[in-house]
Amino acid sequence: MARATGLADRALDLAMALFEAPINAVERLIGKGRMPYVFLAPNLVLFGIFTFLPIAIAIGYAFTGGTELLISDRPFVGLENFRKLLTCDSYLVPGSCEESLFWTAIWNTLWFVGFNVAATLLVALVTALILNRAIAARGFFRAMFFYPVLLSPVVIGLIWKWFLDRNGLLNVFLQMLGVPPEIFLLDVGWSRFFVVVVSVWFHMGFYTLILLAGLQAIPKDLYEAAAIDAATPSRTLFRITLPLLGPSLLVVLLLLMIRSVQIFDEAWVLTNGGGPGTANTFLVQYIYQMAFAGDLRLFGLASAASVLMGLVLLVLTLVQLRLGKKVES
Amino acid sequence: MSGNVSAIGFFTRTRRAGRIDITDILSWLWLIGGTVAVLVPVLWAGMSSLKPEAEITRFPPTLLPRAAVQVEVQGFDKPLSLWNVTADDETREMAMVRRIGLKAQMVDPQNPGKPVSVDTRTISPVQRLTVATENYTDPLTRFSFLTFLKNSVFVTFVATLLTLIVNALAAFALSKYRFRGDKTIFVLIISTLMIPLTVVMVPAYLVIVGVGLVDNLWGVIIPTVASPTGVFLLRQYMLTIPDELIEAARVDAASEFRIFWRIVLPLTAPALAVLAIFSVLWRWNDFLWPLIVLSSRENFTLQVGLNAFQGEFSVQWHYILAMTFLSLVPVTLVFLFLQRYITTGIAGTGMK
Repeated sequence: MARATGLADRALDLAMALFEAPINAVERLIGKGRMPYVFLAPNLVLFGIFTFLPIAIAIGYAFTGGTELLISDRPFVGLENFRKLLTCDSYLVPGSCEESLFWTAIWNTLWFVGFNVAATLLVALVTALILNRAIAARGFFRAMFFYPVLLSPVVIGLIWKWFLDRNGLLNVFLQMLGVPPEIFLLDVGWSRFFVVVVSVWFHMGFYTLILLAGLQAIPKDLYEAAAIDAATPSRTLFRITLPLLGPSLLVVLLLLMIRSVQIFDEAWVLTNGGGPGTANTFLVQYIYQMAFAGDLRLFGLASAASVLMGLVLLVLTLVQLRLGKKVES
Repeated sequence: MSGNVSAIGFFTRTRRAGRIDITDILSWLWLIGGTVAVLVPVLWAGMSSLKPEAEITRFPPTLLPRAAVQVEVQGFDKPLSLWNVTADDETREMAMVRRIGLKAQMVDPQNPGKPVSVDTRTISPVQRLTVATENYTDPLTRFSFLTFLKNSVFVTFVATLLTLIVNALAAFALSKYRFRGDKTIFVLIISTLMIPLTVVMVPAYLVIVGVGLVDNLWGVIIPTVASPTGVFLLRQYMLTIPDELIEAARVDAASEFRIFWRIVLPLTAPALAVLAIFSVLWRWNDFLWPLIVLSSRENFTLQVGLNAFQGEFSVQWHYILAMTFLSLVPVTLVFLFLQRYITTGIAGTGMK
């Protein structure tokens, strides 16, 4: 450890020697009071170029057509992209829409969000409640459940694809139980089911951790008081634990929703890019496909879809902020 | 107590010393079941990655990697496969010369004489434990695995270093100074937390095209450097550093940059460490953005390379699993050593 710190110190010294003279020259030039702007500059420049500028471009692009890259070469088409995305005989039937893949993706995403949020929340809550008890090896289990959170979506997609393979381990178990083997990822229902299973498997540890932190912040004397009053366990859960866990549950619920809407990586790898057919084509994948996959390069349409998605996420986030304030006060 | 066992009671009751009841058992079942559910797919992929190509899709599969045994037999040019032959309640190992319908021509490998004809229903292949190390060594040489690895390490290292510096500078400005627009800038930065990459990926790509960083590792690195989460985390931590320290340094005529570099930065080390861990994990695992920016094979990161593999060689599971496993190793090691910091870091800030 001492050696590592020594090394870090040397690196700091070296960087200091490199940067100090020019930055101090700037300080002498503009004065101490303006130095915070200098410190903020790299961050703001990067934010500006890679976050704020793209947002502006996205909105601009949404109103243009053609396949050119430069916005100046692109014809202005007004609301055409939005019209195309939103024209539908019946919104419930993607096939009746002009841009049927978009609506397929929307419905797939909504179904996924609904099931994924419910399943993840339930599993994470149960796990957090159990881990909050005085149980042996708590640290080990917490780490165990958390481990998948750190893995890459590609790795997780591949591992599960192998597990669910025709010759995979799940089919071995099923065969032992006398159930005929199934090619899960080629079946519409099963593949959707397992995208949710994999997603819960992947992320529940993260939400468990947030809920666990919330549970541990609940004052212990409340439980002691409840015990003195001989409160039943169910009363304790519904009158003390869940109400006081409210803020954490809310954070988890909204984070889960916002992140579920953005499902892409693991589903993409697991389902060979949205299969079978379009059963697992989600919104982000639709945007990716329109803009980058294949030769179409329909940036305008993809941007319009992004803008619509951004609006939904914005609303979700504002709800989160508003509720967060309410809970705090 | 036994009358009071409900599903809810199970979560809420506190354990009494020396007594084990059904709620404890259910808790343990849940925890152990969960652990098994986490470990089994990962370990199964790991075990499979050691299997020879011919064995990997066998159904039902064996737990341990095994392979058919081949033997050199005198008088035959090619090695022959070894089989167990059962005849008259006796099992012998024999080498197969050829197979014709339901009959197989077998010889004794020790004492090859005239091949004898055996019913194929009485024979089974001889298998030995074989670890297919070639699954791991082949991709290193044949599929530019090392190039992907090098790219991933480069991206992860450089992006993390820049993330720490750029965001620490911004956090310093936002925590230790009062200046015109400080609140606005902070809100502006934090508000980008809610704009996910997916929403801006099309125009962000066009910006990358505009600055000429398409198919360039810097195009993967630079857009991710300014991180609102990073600014937020570091700022919160720097707020706890007493201003008196900075005042004292100013009295000693230290420059603002020297104050940052020599006083604030070292004191922020714990928060920097947490951010560094996350940054490493983000970059190492990142997929969609590199997938968009990078187009030529020699620039692929590990995740993009892995995905490309599974598309091109979807039948070559032995290679795919081996490489999947290799890419899992660093993350697992980081986790094993820094598990406590990672989990408390996440619980404390809610970041990922």
